[in-house]
Amino acid sequence: MNCAESRLLLHAHADGELDVANSLELERHLKTCAACVAEQKSLHSLKSALRQSSLRYDAPESLLKEVRRLGRGSGGEARPGIFHSLLLWKWLAFGATAVATVAILSRPEGISGRDQMLDEAVASHVRSLMAEHLTDVTSSDQHTVKPWFDGKVDFAPDVKDFAAEGFPLIGGRLDYLNGRAVAALVYRRNKHCINVFVWPATNTENGKRALENRRGYSVINRETKGLHYCLVSDLNEKELTELGSLIGR
Amino acid sequence: MSDNEQQAQFDRLVTPHLDAAYNLARWLAGNDHDAEDIAQEACVRAFRFVGGCRNSDGRAWLLAIVRNTAYSWLKKNRPAAVVSIDDDALAEIEDKSGSASSFHSADTDALRAALETLPLEFREALVLRELEGLSYKEIAEVAEVPVGTVMSRLARARRQLQGALDRKEKV
Repeated sequence: MNCAESRLLLHAHADGELDVANSLELERHLKTCAACVAEQKSLHSLKSALRQSSLRYDAPESLLKEVRRLGRGSGGEARPGIFHSLLLWKWLAFGATAVATVAILSRPEGISGRDQMLDEAVASHVRSLMAEHLTDVTSSDQHTVKPWFDGKVDFAPDVKDFAAEGFPLIGGRLDYLNGRAVAALVYRRNKHCINVFVWPATNTENGKRALENRRGYSVINRETKGLHYCLVSDLNEKELTELGSLIGR
Repeated sequence: MSDNEQQAQFDRLVTPHLDAAYNLARWLAGNDHDAEDIAQEACVRAFRFVGGCRNSDGRAWLLAIVRNTAYSWLKKNRPAAVVSIDDDALAEIEDKSGSASSFHSADTDALRAALETLPLEFREALVLRELEGLSYKEIAEVAEVPVGTVMSRLARARRQLQGALDRKEKV
């Protein structure tokens, strides 16, 4: 481990968020590097100063009062308190923001949009392994993983366990690619990890299974039943193609 | 969902976290008055959408709403405050900052002033981590970025905070 890596991981270590393997490696580096040890000391002092300071603001009584009145007596008659105190233009502005957000989320992906999406998919695959944040919901049960995505993404990904075919389902994760919420399904093949990113189809793949290589990772894109499936892994192309033909079938 | 259920859900998921909601709004808005407006509006939204909250604990969910409300408000009223940071610029910053600087004790006022100078995304990462004690995963949920980005933002945020404190000491 070099100093640049150590300087980054020190923070996750101090926050108690670093996995065991990286912690061990970091501690090994700290034994030989006085500069990083000094940085670690400084970091700990900064953290404890932040914790001990009275930087936190408490909610004022007026806010608590308004919130307590929220919804009370909202039986169709006049709603007291906050509902009335909010001016109409605020709601109009809120509506406009919501419309703009929807417009951004649902903008059609052109070729460059596709490119960016795939680059981010590969980056996210790498990060999911690095940060030990592979899954939000860990289960090989498709009936657990599929409903977990309800209300988190605006589409229903097809979730199936392919343990019988040698690709056990590990779990699912919510991810963000190119500014859009996507579902990430995680499968394993022996020691290899496969991320399958799912988002609504944009008709850029014409139904074919396109295999390509990005930064040394194999990537397969497939659109079927209105959804785009993007498989990313360091697995060999042949085996990834095998999973590609199972997904969304 | 009936009105009673909605109210019960709100009392269970949202009400316990009003201090956290206000604290985040206050740090993003920079003053009491705007912070209260933002926190209030966020609570109205939380009340309307509480039926869709799937978390057993509403804190991160509520904070995500506060954050979105604050960003919309800032974009409208103070567009200059909302300048997106470049999350890929880590290496550059690390190189520039060079050797390790050591932390000397700083009082609350100095810390507060230094924290206020940080870009929005860095400020919120530090507030959520150090003042609210959120995990990386929860911060990722609130800020809608991957966990790896949370880690690098915190590293850069602390570095900049340290830099701001150092500069102050020299003056």
